[in-house]
Parts: sequence; C-alpha cells; structure tokens
Amino acid sequence: MSSVVEGLYRQLGLTDEEFERILGVLGREPSRAELAMYSLMWSEHCSYKSSKVHLRRLPSQGARVLQGPGENAGVVDLGDGVAAVFKIESHNHPSFVEPFQGAATGVGGIIRDILAMGARPAASLNSLRFGDPAEPLQRRLLEGVVAGIGHYGNCVGVATVGGEVSFDPCYAGNPLVNALTVGFMPAERLLTGRAEQPGDLAVLMGAKTGRDGIGGASVLASASFEEGDDAKRPNVQVGDPFQEKLLIEACLELGERRLLRGLQDLGAAGISCAVAEVAARAGMGMEVDLDAVPLREPSMEAWEVLVSESQERMLALVAPDRLDDVLEVCRRWGILANVLGEMTEGGIVRVGFRGEVVAEVPAASLADDGPVYSRPLVRPDPPAAGALAEVPLDAEVAEAVLALAADPTCASKRWVWEQYDRFVGHGTVAGPGSDAAVLRVPGSGRAVALATDGNGRYTALDPAAGAALAVAEAARNVACTGAQPIAVTNCLNFASPERPEVMGSFAAAVDGMAAACQALGLPVTGGNVSFYNESSGRPIHPTPIVGVLGLLEDAAAAVPSAFPRPGLDVWLLGETRVELGGSAWQRLTTGHLKGRPPALDLAAEAALHRLLVTLATRRLLAAAHDLSDGGLALAIVEATVATGVGATITLPPGVPPLAALVSESASRVLLAVPPASAEELATLAAEAGVPATRLGTTGGDRLVVPGLLDLPVSRLRGTYEAALPRALGELA
Amino acid sequence: MRIGVVTFPGSCDDRDAGAAVASMGGDPVALWHGDGDLRGVDAVVLPGGFSYGDYLRCGAIARFSPVMGAVAGFARSGGPVLGICNGFQVLCEAGLLPGALLRNAGLRFVCREVEVTVESTTTAWTSACTAGGSLTIPVKHGEGRYVHDDPAALAAAGQVVFRYAPGHNPNGSLADIAGVRNPAGNVVGLMPHPEHAVDPLLGPTGGRTLFESVLTARV
Repeated sequence: MSSVVEGLYRQLGLTDEEFERILGVLGREPSRAELAMYSLMWSEHCSYKSSKVHLRRLPSQGARVLQGPGENAGVVDLGDGVAAVFKIESHNHPSFVEPFQGAATGVGGIIRDILAMGARPAASLNSLRFGDPAEPLQRRLLEGVVAGIGHYGNCVGVATVGGEVSFDPCYAGNPLVNALTVGFMPAERLLTGRAEQPGDLAVLMGAKTGRDGIGGASVLASASFEEGDDAKRPNVQVGDPFQEKLLIEACLELGERRLLRGLQDLGAAGISCAVAEVAARAGMGMEVDLDAVPLREPSMEAWEVLVSESQERMLALVAPDRLDDVLEVCRRWGILANVLGEMTEGGIVRVGFRGEVVAEVPAASLADDGPVYSRPLVRPDPPAAGALAEVPLDAEVAEAVLALAADPTCASKRWVWEQYDRFVGHGTVAGPGSDAAVLRVPGSGRAVALATDGNGRYTALDPAAGAALAVAEAARNVACTGAQPIAVTNCLNFASPERPEVMGSFAAAVDGMAAACQALGLPVTGGNVSFYNESSGRPIHPTPIVGVLGLLEDAAAAVPSAFPRPGLDVWLLGETRVELGGSAWQRLTTGHLKGRPPALDLAAEAALHRLLVTLATRRLLAAAHDLSDGGLALAIVEATVATGVGATITLPPGVPPLAALVSESASRVLLAVPPASAEELATLAAEAGVPATRLGTTGGDRLVVPGLLDLPVSRLRGTYEAALPRALGELA
Repeated sequence: MRIGVVTFPGSCDDRDAGAAVASMGGDPVALWHGDGDLRGVDAVVLPGGFSYGDYLRCGAIARFSPVMGAVAGFARSGGPVLGICNGFQVLCEAGLLPGALLRNAGLRFVCREVEVTVESTTTAWTSACTAGGSLTIPVKHGEGRYVHDDPAALAAAGQVVFRYAPGHNPNGSLADIAGVRNPAGNVVGLMPHPEHAVDPLLGPTGGRTLFESVLTARV
C-alpha cells in the first residue's frame, strides 16, 4: 500500500476497519479520488452509520405520507391535490466556526432539499441554542447566525416565520443551528432523485465548483470540537443567495414545464453524494465526466471536485430529447448548466477526468452499503420516582412573573425575528411570536401550521421523557392554532456517538420520540442526526428538536395565541401539578438541573389535541396558547403583552400559588373564549376527558391575580421585550 | 387595467405584487428585465427584492437593464410607475426619483409593521388616500435610510409622499421620509411594502389604497 493512501484515509476520518471494508468492496487499493468519496459518504453526517439501527424504530407510515425518509425531504398530502414538502437539518459546527456563512448555508441547503422534490420553498423556521448571550463570544455567535439566516432567507425570498431560541451554558462551545423549510407543490408534480432510465443525462446546474467546504461533512460535521479549531474555517461553505434564487426559479420552471425526470440537490459530499444517491436509488450507474464541471480554480484535483461542497448547485435528471429545452431555461435565468454524466445500467459510477478514469465504484457501496454500527450503549437510568426538583417556592408572585419575563430564554425574541422577512410569499397568516407559524397553502383556502420545539433540560434529565415531551409540545403548539398535527420532522442533536452514555441517551430519546409519535398518530417523514456536538470534551445536553406540521381546513379559522379583545372568558385546559424538574423557574432560582421532567400522559395529550381542533373548527376559540417553559406565568404574560389586553384571573386550585404559575406540567393550554361559548366548551372538554377550569376574564390594561399580582401590561411588555437586547448590551 | 410587474433576477416580491394587483381587481402582467417591451401595460410596479444580488449598490445594476430603458420612457410620458423597496432604490439610481437610500442607521435588516402618514395625494398612487391619514404597512430592508440634499425643499415642492409616523422611523431616514414622487406625480417610490398589506387574513391592509388609486384613475 502506498504510504500516501495510508496517511490519507486517517486524515479523511476513516477508521482502519472502514478502510479494510473499502479494500473488500473494490478488491484493490482505492485511488485518491475514491478514498475521498468513501470518506465523505461513509462519514457519520452522510451515512447515519451510528444512528441507522435506532432510527428504524420511528414510525414513518401514515395515510397522508407521500414520501417518507430516504429522499431529499418528506412529503405529505394536504388534500385538493396539494402537497407540503418539509424537513429540518442542522448546521451546528459550521455555524460555530463561521457563524454568518455557517448559518446562511444551512438555510440554503435545506431550501435546496425542498426544491429537489419539485416544491417552491415557502417558509423557514429555525431552532437555535447558544450559551449565555451576555458573554461576548455568544453575542458574536448569535449576531452572526441571525444575520446569516436573515441574509440568505431574505435574499432568496423565502419567509422566515418562526422557530425558537434558547440559552444554556452547555451550548457555549457548540451552538445549535437547526433550519426547517416547508414548500408547497401540486402533488402530481412530485419529483424524486431517482435515475431510472439508462441514457438519461445528469445536468449539473448552478454555481461553479471551488475548494470551499471540502470535508465539511467529515472533518467538520462528524468530529468533536477541540481547541484551535478555527483552522477548520476553510471547511465551511460560502453562500451566494442570489445564485440560489436563480436556481430556485429555474428549477421550478423546469418542473412546471415537465422537463425533468428527477432532481437532486448537492449538499454534503457534493457531486459524489448526488451522483451516488441518484444512481443507487434506482439501482443504476453513471458515467461521469468531471471535465464538464465549471471550476472556480482550474488547478483543482479530481478528488476535490468530487467532494467540494460549493453551494447553490443542483443535479437535474433529463431525458436526452429535453436537454435543449433544459439548457435554454437555465440560460434564460442566467445559470450555468452542463451535462455531467449519463445514466448506465450495471450500478457502477465511473468518473473520468482529464483523460483518466479517476474512480470506478459501485454506486450502492457509496450510498447504501456503508458501515452500520450498533455502537456500545449504556442506557440512562430514568430519574428515581422520588427525585426532587429542589426548588424554593418562597418568592413573591409578582417578582417571579417579572423574573421569568426578564429571562432571555423565556423573553421576546423580537430582536431576532425582526431581522427576518416574514411577509414574502403572501401566505403568512401567523408569524414569529405565535405558538405556531400558520401559512396559507397557495391556491387553496387551507393552511398549514408549523412549530419546532425541544427542551434540552428535560432531555438531559430523562432522554426518553424529554424527547416525548418535545413531540407533545410541538404538536400542541400546532393544535393551538386549530390545525390537526399530521407529520413530524426531527433533528437529533447529540454529543459523540463513540461515548456509550451518549449513544444510550440517543437510543432512549428515539424510543421516547417513537412512543409519542405513535400515540399522537404522527409519522416521521425525515430529518437529520447531528452527532459530535461537544467541545473540548464538554457535551451539549441531548437536544432532539421536533418539527410538527399540521393542517387547517380553513386558513381564516386559524386561532391566534394572544388575547384579541376584552370581555372574553379565560380558561385553562389540563391539570396543574407541582412539576419543576428541568423548569425555567428551577434554572432561574437555583441554576441546577435536578428531579424529573413533567409527567406526560400521551393519551391525555392526544385527547387535548383533538379537543383543540374541535373547538377551533366550531369557532369557539378567540385565542389559545400552549403552556410550556415558564408555565402559566409566561403563557399569560405572552397572551397579554402581544395585544395589550389585560386579564384578571384566579390560579388553578390544588397547588401553592407560585407553583401554579411556574410549574411546567405538560398537556395544558390557556384559552380565551366568548362567554356565550363557555358552556359548549365545558361540555366538549368533559366529553373529551380534558380538565377545564375557568380562570377569569380578559380586559383592562393590567394583569391581575387578586391578592397576589397586579401589574400593568405595559410594564410586563417592557420587561419582556427588553430582556434580550439588555442581555446583549444594547440597552442599559 | 393592466399593471406590469417587472421581474429582475433576484426580485423576490414580484409574485406578491402581482397577487396584490389581482386581488384588487387589476390584471397583473409579468415583465422581464431583459425585454425592452412593456407589453402595452397601463402602469408599472418595480417590486422588492435584491435585483442582480444587489452586490454592488442596491439597484445600481438593475437601472441598466433593457426593461428600465422602457420604464424610463414610459415614466417620461406620464405613465404611472411605483417602486417598492428595491424598486424604489432602482428608481433613485435611474434618476427617476430624487435622493438615495443608504444602509439602515441600526446597521441591521429590519422587518416590522410601521405607520406612515400620507403627505401627498396628488400622485397616481395616492389619489385615493386621505391627505394626512395614516396607513399601517410593513417594511423589510437593510438599506432604506432615505437621504436628500435638501429635504425641506423636497417637501416644499410637494414631493414627499409618505413619512414615518413619530416613533416609527425604522432606519434613520432623513426627515422621516418613507416615500417620494417625481414632480409630475406619476412616479412614486417607497420603502414600505403595500403589496404585503392588502389581505386582512395576513395583517393590516394599509397598502390597498395605493393600488386603488391607480386602478380607479382615468386611463
């Protein structure tokens, strides 16, 4: 074996066993180009080699599922011939190394996944985690990530309509940047990245290929951070949203004119991955001519061209008699398009470059037959039944409410979302600040609701329970708008899979998520696993982020999350217990993480969602707001400050007053209903077996709990809105 | 009435503008940046977005596109032209409107609903508005700080069409100017996005009267 090859494979992140496996597949020593292809395709990021055996336990079937996991994105049927395409992905490590470009290209990548299915990308949500925003490094990361997300989304004309941001020291050395995009399309125009016909052409569209992002999926995404990792900056891709905008319009026109057989985006592992996947999905091969790739730097070598992660590129599969039309559309939109290869029978990808065959490998060996690991795992012990949260409950109620409103994690994220265009696409019925984003489905009176959620503190205490709570909360947020939750996408952010305790918490989280999805009738249509989220040996909390998509039959019936007017009855659905393990109040008052996360009765949660949809369909709800972080205290603050409509309420009975406000018991929703509807509400709730308690009425300009709390809404709003800018040092 | 909506490479709000025109009873006509032909439209909208990527200076390249030659001729002959956000920037770059738009004072992109007051109703795009009335319309831009050598003279000439209401100036624009007109009043540019404010399901509807103005005008 040449010492060059031997040195190279380790540098590329392959293990000795994986290298042996390549020798076995090829029956010879791999070329440099082949080695680069395998190292990327068999990386954790591309191959899911540590997670595959677990992800199979997630339910993925459902009546509305048109496309489950395995394609560029999941697709669900919305009725009336319209489909929604959606998926969430992480760009955590690039965003730490270079926040602006890392986050921007994360958005660009997920948008291309949606586009690859033939859909017009309509809107994005982002789930972000950082350390303490008052620290200069965290501030720089937050500013860079938010600016990058905004820059890319705003320039390509895809609205950014929601998501969440929270802060915890565990993310200080490894922030999380998860981006979800949804798109819409006529269901019959669904495209897949499958190359079924020999002789079909693979056309490379979009940007030139350069040396940026080489090894992004392997050395960057599939390894932990160590000190001095600034050197990985060249592994981060650089985005050009203008190019992407043109690519979107060109691809949509090609789809609309039915000039394509298939479409595939170029993301991690670049040309290697796109070629291997389109061929392997159909059991085909491809004759690839790398000389057809327009290069930014003519000195690039074959392996660099094959694995470059240069952005804004797509691979179109085209019948030969449509090629001229395809090239003409690309020319009109001003984007490059070149025939990269031709589909062949036999399953072999053969790559020619400057007169030589630089790679000749079975497509399936790259895309499907990579290593699969059942890594050693140590399942976490769930917290003991008697584990205590150890939270003092002696604070003044008013002080507690103000303290929660002033906490950057709980407080308004206006500072973030005012940097995003939420209007473009004339479909945003409810945007940031709502429980869930509500988007009108183009060409239809329907709407979808989308929410992302995930509480790392709960998952740290009990991975299975925390993951189930994330599914429940995201679905509850969606149901609060009146939408029926129908499908899930997930992004599983964990530390190194090589640690048995991390793998154990991963396995437990998948189990918890699977149980919740089953109970709530939610298939998982796709998503992403992000491992190695640790820095200098310090792991993040296990953080599964769940995106739930719901369907509203009538967009005009969407229920807002804030009190719209005075004179409404305020009700609480669900039962309040003293549950403070992992709570925001525990974090604020003690700084520790102890006890058990809130109990979750999945049958009760499902009944709650059904009830919410029924109430909304009968137009009984004037507002509905989920209770989660910060409990009833934060929910009622949010319901009042958004519109300035105050309320006078009593607290739910049976628990001490402060606990009633800050407990985070699951499966609860705050409602505002016209008094005339109260009786019907009570009857329907009783039939559904959901506890319903009348708390009071909306009105005035103060939030009042007689004898305990009396604060002007304007003061609450000031506190709630100022918290994040103040933490960032922008307000005194 | 046929209202042309120009698509430059990088335009983002062209579909929104077309939809707004259609929802108000007009007939939207797609115009392409590379064509010097306005297809016989009765009015032209230059939409928001990032024409040609706006990598040089906002609107600086778009003004040289073939369609802008035709738009300039159309404007000179009195045809109604509305520039929204990037379209406003293009009109300033093309010399069809006075002043220029610079980076926001806060140095960040700002997306929010703002209140503007109507200062001039003698334009093709505000004739149906109430003078001094206020409209709620969203802004979303990174480079919307309006500057002019002599804003007082501009106002005296009646060329200030919209001002941000007190406390609503999102970008540090001089004299709170949100929109201006040419001396004849057929060409108007503004940073707020009236096309995003026509449908009550999606929020405030302050943009409707702009489209009503041109749609009810005598042609």
